[in-house]
Amino acid sequence: MKMDRLSLPAKIALFVLSGVLLFAVAALASGTEAVTGAAAEAGAEMAKAAVQLGADTGVAWWVWPTVLLFFCFVLGIIAVLAGVGGGVLYVPLVSGFFPFHLDFVRGAGLMVALAGALAAGPGLLKRNFASLRLALPVALIASTCAIFGAFLGMALPTNVVQLCLGVTIMGIAILLLTSKNTAHPVVAKQDALSMALGMDGAYNDPSTGELVQWKTHRTLPGLLLFIVIGVMAGMFGLGAGWANVPVLNLLMGAPLKVAVGTSKFLLSITDTSAAWVYLNKGCVIPLMAIPSIIGLMLGSFVGVRLLAKAKPTFIRYMVIGVLLFAGGKALLKGLGV
Amino acid sequence: MSDTPKHTGRASQEQITYANMLFYGCWGGLALMALTYLLYVTGIVTPHVPLEKVPLLWSQPVGTYLELGKVPHGWGWTVLIAKGDFLNFLGIVLLAGMTILCYIPLIPAFLKRGEKGFALMALAEILVLLFAASGIVGGGAH
Repeated sequence: MKMDRLSLPAKIALFVLSGVLLFAVAALASGTEAVTGAAAEAGAEMAKAAVQLGADTGVAWWVWPTVLLFFCFVLGIIAVLAGVGGGVLYVPLVSGFFPFHLDFVRGAGLMVALAGALAAGPGLLKRNFASLRLALPVALIASTCAIFGAFLGMALPTNVVQLCLGVTIMGIAILLLTSKNTAHPVVAKQDALSMALGMDGAYNDPSTGELVQWKTHRTLPGLLLFIVIGVMAGMFGLGAGWANVPVLNLLMGAPLKVAVGTSKFLLSITDTSAAWVYLNKGCVIPLMAIPSIIGLMLGSFVGVRLLAKAKPTFIRYMVIGVLLFAGGKALLKGLGV
Repeated sequence: MSDTPKHTGRASQEQITYANMLFYGCWGGLALMALTYLLYVTGIVTPHVPLEKVPLLWSQPVGTYLELGKVPHGWGWTVLIAKGDFLNFLGIVLLAGMTILCYIPLIPAFLKRGEKGFALMALAEILVLLFAASGIVGGGAH
């Protein structure tokens, strides 16, 4: 009985996602035939552009943004249920199934991750699930490195970025599959750096009604890892919750709720720096970026409501499967296969 | 560093201020984004790059998009703010600028508590984000 309840929203989400993906594939396939007609009808400048550009999608301008809106709505639901950020699903799936160049997908992916993190920030900060003290030093490191990552991503050839993206996405899938986060890690002794930075605190756990005290350890290795995380977040436009949470929780010893909350809040800072780089480079096309943001935000709201009723662990496994598939696709694209 | 406020489970005052600013800025930005997008796609405000041309360009690297769409990079979009597509950047920029704005009150708050290190960290973060936002440093686009 319980399983039936749990699987219903997931079944609907899967059904809609499959429909959107099928439509995307069909539209992509039909596009190549319609190119000639589109170019012929265009004016002199457009014809010149079409010659230079080659194949377009061949469908009306509003089709892809509409598909994207619904696709991101479903993605938002799935991301919340699976406990991952929207960006980590958005970049590999949209770059794999939509006609947009990776430059714009990464730009929009960062805006998607940023909007989600900004919207979640106030609630997390007020409930003390996100700690400003824990976030400030980490954010400074990660956001600085995200700028370098963004420049690196823009400077490297697309196939190299695709290749690295594929490897990273598959790595994330394996990380999600293997990492066993701990609700309350044991921190025997707070290290000197953690004490100096005041990386400790407390929060009221609404599920138990207890006041949970926490402190961190292994602060230096944790901070150093955020250099890598920042570079990757900027380079791929993924957001980096998948990496933030294990480092804050498993390595530094922050309770899971603080790690998840602070990670989400951190994304609002890290992704801001990388988003500006992509924005300044012209990588944000409003026609596709805004439906992505709005779709994912609306999906997240629905996802949060569904989450209150169910704990669909199989969605998590499905997401891992999707990530492995999307990562493999990006890897093959990068290899030119 | 006083232990009193941070171990009660309640968020510190600067954290609450940050949260409140973020709340209004974020939802304001999203509402603005939705509104400007409607003005753009309904054709009420004419875009710089015709809507029909965008699908020809979005499958190409950003360099091609900028060149053929005659799209300015960096802050060049501000001169095209009256165009439907660039009008959308108001909401986007508000979202991307919220963290910078939220960090500003942290500096006097930390200084007031004698926490110069955290005040410096907040200042450094603002400078990093302003640096990213400025578009001063260029990288090779595809």
